[in-house]
Amino acid sequence: MAPRTRGATDPAGQRELLSAGDVARTVARMAHQVIERTALDTTDAAPVVLLGIPTRGAPLAVRLAARIAEFSGVDVPTGVLDVTLYRDDLRRRPTRPLGETELPPDGIDDHLVILVDDVLYSGRTIRAALDALRDAGRPRAVQLAVLVDRGHRELPIRADYVGKNVPTSRTEEVHVQLAETDGRDAVLLTRAGETA
Amino acid sequence: MRHLLGTETLDAATATAVLDTADTLKHTLLGREVRKLPTLRGRTVITMFYEASTRTRVSFEIAGKWMSADVVNVSAGGSSVGKGESLRDTALTLAAAGADCVILRHPASGAPHRLAGWLANTGASVINAGDGTHEHPTQALLDAATLRERLGEIAGRRIAIVGDVRHSRVARSNVHLLTTLGAEVVLVAPPTLLPSHVDTWPVRVSHILDAELPSLDAVMMLRVQAERMRGGFFPSAREYSINYGLSEARLGLLPEHAVVLHPGPMLRGMEIASAVADSPRATITEQVANGVHVRMAVLYHLLAHEEEM
Repeated sequence: MAPRTRGATDPAGQRELLSAGDVARTVARMAHQVIERTALDTTDAAPVVLLGIPTRGAPLAVRLAARIAEFSGVDVPTGVLDVTLYRDDLRRRPTRPLGETELPPDGIDDHLVILVDDVLYSGRTIRAALDALRDAGRPRAVQLAVLVDRGHRELPIRADYVGKNVPTSRTEEVHVQLAETDGRDAVLLTRAGETA
Repeated sequence: MRHLLGTETLDAATATAVLDTADTLKHTLLGREVRKLPTLRGRTVITMFYEASTRTRVSFEIAGKWMSADVVNVSAGGSSVGKGESLRDTALTLAAAGADCVILRHPASGAPHRLAGWLANTGASVINAGDGTHEHPTQALLDAATLRERLGEIAGRRIAIVGDVRHSRVARSNVHLLTTLGAEVVLVAPPTLLPSHVDTWPVRVSHILDAELPSLDAVMMLRVQAERMRGGFFPSAREYSINYGLSEARLGLLPEHAVVLHPGPMLRGMEIASAVADSPRATITEQVANGVHVRMAVLYHLLAHEEEM
């Protein structure tokens, strides 16, 4: 794909909100915020675990952990939490394939769990994730980190760490692309009916 | 997928999706204190068993409960079936009472297919839990799950099904599923215990067990179903056991990696020697454990998606 000027709308109705460089800088800033908020490099801090929500939350959690290790010297365990079995919209969609759940070897009991996802929208995925967490163990506290918050919450849920706030209309779609899953890093805004 | 009536019409993609789901469910629940998922909350699953069963009925009931469905068990003995109510009327009654899924075990081949037709307008799904000598699809799926676990993959493997193929719905379902998944299936049985149209099945037939054992990846032993036999199918139990029973000596003829399956209930000393059934090469208890996860996966694929009428 040809490089796009940030903010410009191409004829297909697609606008690049974050470039590859922006994504990297945003993840780095979020890593600094996590270190500051959790004081994870101090001795009396609660142990932190990053749990990514598939599909793109999983590689984001790994990237965030790598930045945290780089900036603080602390290795934070990561895992993957699939929430499909806990969703409230299974009866509204075709059969969803299940993703793998992979918790760190020490589990999540008494840890500070930070859920990591790409886009925060209705909040229903996070609601499902909180239910899934309850079955997986008893964390000391749960926080939420998202790369993009696009608004339109349907539940009383907010993120603790936000990469970028994007005011959107419900007819628009936000697509996060990551090198691990899509071959490149970008955040795109698409008008309804178009695909990224 | 609306119903699961047999493996003959199940395509490889759907079968693999169900097996993958079963695998993920097993992995998800492993080592958990609370083995309960909220996925099918508020859905009602009714098991209707017109034939004796331990493992299948219990396994379906546990599968439904672990997915948080409400499971109701109806047995022919304690229901209005005893008063002469037809299968159709019983099924329509259960659907009217709010069943989202009816799991049927019936001595007549084809009963679940008729049931699916009668329930077409109700939105309820039907699962065949064994119909006469026809099919038992969830047994074949749990056998496939066990084979995948032990052998890595099914495609390209050679699997023998040994014994009373004629009366075995397990054999028929396995023949279709395993060949769909790319395995080579060999039926080993005396001619009297082979079905009449076996030449139309995608299998090779052999009458000599010892000749087949050294080249197998898995061997599936079947129970001799005396309750379905009228007349003599073989001279004596002792002769059958000598020719087609899996003895310890025969176990030694199998390659090192090959495994022994049995759908149960087994008759120790008849089709399988006691020491073979208890050996680490036998997967009998694994099959039962996998049965729960496979049936959870089937319920997920039938019930956890938008209506299709």
